[in-house]
Amino acid sequence: MLTIKKRARTSPAVLAMSLFAALGLAATGCSSSSESTSETLAPEVTTEAAVETTVAVEPFRIAVISPSAKNDSAFSQSIFDAVTRISETMEVEIQVSDGLFVVEEAAKAIRGYAEDGFDLVIAHGSQYGGPLQEIAPDYPDVAFAWGTAVDTFGLANVSSYSVRADQGGYVMGVIAATLSAAKNIGVVGPVEVGDAKLFVDGFKSGVGSKDPDVKVNVNYIKSFGDVALATEAATAFVANGADVLTGTAQMVVGAIAVAKAEGIPWFGTQSNQTALAPEIVVASQVYHWEVILATIIADVKSGVLGGKTHIATLANGGLVIEYNDAFKLDPEVKALADKTIAGLADQTINTGVK
Amino acid sequence: MTTKLNARHRLIPLVSMGIPLLSVIGALGIGSLLLAAFGANPFVGYREMFLGGFGDIDAIADTLVKSIPLLLVGVGICLAFRTGVVNIGGEGQILAGAILSTLAALAIPNTPRVFLVPILLIVGGLGGAIWGAIPGALKAYVGVNEILSTIMMNIVAGHLLSFLLEGLIIEPGEIRIQQTKRLTENSDIPLLPGGTRLHFGIIVAVFVAVVAYVVLKRTTLGMRLRAVGHNQDAARYAGMSVQNNIVLALALSGACAGVAGALLVFGSESHRLIGEGGAAAFTQSAGFNGIVAALFGGLNPLLTIPASFLFGGMLIGGIEMQRAVQVPSALIIALNGIVVIFVVSSFRLKRKLEQAMTSSDRDRA
Amino acid sequence: MWSEFFTVSSLVVVLASTIRLATPFLFASLGETLGQRSGVLNLGIEGVMLIGAFSSYYAASKTGSPWMGVLAALVTGCVMGLLYAFVTLVLHAEQGISGIGVFLLGLGLTDVLFQRWVGTPIPIDGLDPWNIPFLADIPTVGEIFFQHNPLVYLSVLLVVVATVVINRTTFGLNIRAVGEAPDAADTLGISVNRTRLFTILIGNCMAGLAGAALVLPFGTFQQNLTSGRGFIAVALVYFGAWRPIGAFAGSLLFGFVLAVVNQFGALGIVSGATSSLTAMAPAILTIVVLAIVSRRIGQPAALSKPFDRNG
Repeated sequence: MLTIKKRARTSPAVLAMSLFAALGLAATGCSSSSESTSETLAPEVTTEAAVETTVAVEPFRIAVISPSAKNDSAFSQSIFDAVTRISETMEVEIQVSDGLFVVEEAAKAIRGYAEDGFDLVIAHGSQYGGPLQEIAPDYPDVAFAWGTAVDTFGLANVSSYSVRADQGGYVMGVIAATLSAAKNIGVVGPVEVGDAKLFVDGFKSGVGSKDPDVKVNVNYIKSFGDVALATEAATAFVANGADVLTGTAQMVVGAIAVAKAEGIPWFGTQSNQTALAPEIVVASQVYHWEVILATIIADVKSGVLGGKTHIATLANGGLVIEYNDAFKLDPEVKALADKTIAGLADQTINTGVK
Repeated sequence: MTTKLNARHRLIPLVSMGIPLLSVIGALGIGSLLLAAFGANPFVGYREMFLGGFGDIDAIADTLVKSIPLLLVGVGICLAFRTGVVNIGGEGQILAGAILSTLAALAIPNTPRVFLVPILLIVGGLGGAIWGAIPGALKAYVGVNEILSTIMMNIVAGHLLSFLLEGLIIEPGEIRIQQTKRLTENSDIPLLPGGTRLHFGIIVAVFVAVVAYVVLKRTTLGMRLRAVGHNQDAARYAGMSVQNNIVLALALSGACAGVAGALLVFGSESHRLIGEGGAAAFTQSAGFNGIVAALFGGLNPLLTIPASFLFGGMLIGGIEMQRAVQVPSALIIALNGIVVIFVVSSFRLKRKLEQAMTSSDRDRA
Repeated sequence: MWSEFFTVSSLVVVLASTIRLATPFLFASLGETLGQRSGVLNLGIEGVMLIGAFSSYYAASKTGSPWMGVLAALVTGCVMGLLYAFVTLVLHAEQGISGIGVFLLGLGLTDVLFQRWVGTPIPIDGLDPWNIPFLADIPTVGEIFFQHNPLVYLSVLLVVVATVVINRTTFGLNIRAVGEAPDAADTLGISVNRTRLFTILIGNCMAGLAGAALVLPFGTFQQNLTSGRGFIAVALVYFGAWRPIGAFAGSLLFGFVLAVVNQFGALGIVSGATSSLTAMAPAILTIVVLAIVSRRIGQPAALSKPFDRNG
């Protein structure tokens, strides 16, 4: 009796395996189009002793730990692009652990890279500060960079970096105010914290400085992935009379699609969003962390492992407003924007955001 | 004759663990196809996974730390499932326990550590118990399907966490991060000696597992829970309150998860409640993964201990694998899903084998 | 602010948005209704929706045709259906838990594929709205009901089809029989597992379509795009008392709640942390609604119980 049942069960099991195998093979076949992601490959086993003796002759080794995918067109991509640009100017080895939104898992990766003797471990997430404070003292010879943050915990081997996202927001707010004939602007955001809040507050302040009568409504949709909600948020803004839109975080692609369909100007942030909708993206605020990373790396090479806070601003080139040449911006408005950028850079203008 | 019988009986746990183990291996086999598909060498990947999870004393310590919430949630799952209640609400119950215990730590930071730590664990358990009792009561007295209500309670807890960490208990400072300040040092879970990051929470978790085992096997309470799980009508006929036992089972199940939530806050390296990046960033999806651990352990609290350890090692090793062969970490989630499907699919085979063994014993006896 | 909400134009925005947001719920819950009527609980539709959503995005962006996206979602939905049928019907895996496995698989796999194959989520040319002749021109009413993309009309059509199939066809009779009394059905010569295989396949294809309905009108994919909609869709089956028309009503209700919360945000009625509380609305509503309807009507007697002729 038992044997019969057993035999009856084997054939489905085989079937399952072959089904899975087929799925797997299908995936293999399709993956030919995927880009290769690993940079210089690290030696598979690295003993501490080996690192200590070879660190002087090896390329500068950088590890990046980030909470979302490195190609998210947003926060994580900004640091990945930066280390890539760094790699064009100097001999570096780069390893990335992305998608580590679980802080304790990121902590494990941070420790792992420190243990492997990387020269610079970049903890690219505000939420990584807690564990970093515990980990960094255990590895006094490893330099850590933490962002976006303004605190180094008084540790000699931790640098922090952040960005005045409010400055870029302010500039785009000034432009947006001139573009909005209806005096009605909509902003789609995820959660009211971090860079997103800085950007939105700066944007509102910029709009208000140009024209206090322009109404700016902000809809935080409480999700980073819900494209449908972001789209409906933009649709509602448009239906309520908004004629300029902006927004922050990954899910705004849906809102950009609405702006594109309606022919409404859009302002991007965190990375250059022109490619998403060349017709309507006016400008994007782009983070150029490589400016800051270059300073940090130079420090590390000269033996200063941290203790400093670096802030990307319009003045130091860590923050850049990248215009979309395809969008015909009135020269007068462009001049006004450039004047605002100059004013923010030499601090004659203040965004008023704290 | 008797020795033979005992030997046979001793084989049953082997089947109980062996079949799920085989199915995990099968799932990893499928996973190797996925790894290869994404351009990674599966052998290197799995080697790094193994070393990352079990390779040295630090790796084992990390694995044990990771397995704490898995074990606690898993034990809760055992209690619920044995009572015939499907608790998918581990995520929300972890959050409820974490939130309530964090509020307690913020309220009474000056309590001495010897008192504060136990208080916080109990408060955490209470938070989870409340979050579990709500769907329990809704099922028992109103007939709401608990699978759905526990999932909805997860969503509600996630938004509650976000709400609190957007204002009321957010860390003061220039950059707004969705986390509390570092909580009082009196609330730190003590580290165990040995120089690793393994903390006292592992003892709590194992203790809870043993207690749960004893309760289920040896007490009238456990007998009632199992009776309700086995046959509600018979239990009712025997004079038990099916409804009360269902509420109790989900409350106990939630309490276990709530303790896990408190341990995740006070045993973490950052010693704070973090909501940045969504609720799963804090819970580490232990509310879901604990279900796998429990199934893996055959819904037996004692067997859930090694099951959590193995599964925790897989998750911890996954991070090392990602570092070594540079695959997206989401691949680990997909791998998890395949493991769940394989383990749950192997259940009938396991049950039939176990039945075959016990019944043949009975025939001979 | 509140006065802005209660204007005709604002209500038109909310109601049109309601219908668009209801469509994914409707596809998924109609499919799940069919499955549950035959005794199969499928908690995995969240994962299948994600897979359907990704494949429709990928196919549409590669071919430039949104209809290829629809086709891709149907195909991948069907493949996932075969997998689920094998696991639950042949291996008799516990349906709730294996659904969670399918969910995790879909969540992880689509995330990986999106990162590796797509990266930057360029918006695709989605499905354009079809304005229904004459009806679309009716003021207000036309704007709300008759200027939608074809998937919206298809989903409503399927409500009728599903109702007829369940109540008026032999296949529907079989579905109800195997869902209520599989043993009796088996004795009458109805193949329990074959009937369930069909409902699982249909249900998963519909879940795939639901995923497509989240991508094609909105233009892009993101990781965890569905954000729990699949689980809510399962709850809607209970809400709808296992009837297609009930699932329709439930979908509209949920679309409405999402649309109202969205319009609150757009008009600045709620902002900041408060919007976390309004974001709870769909989940809390699900629980409340389940509490109200659960006692009223019994679920299919054999729901989530695997059928084994040998016991």
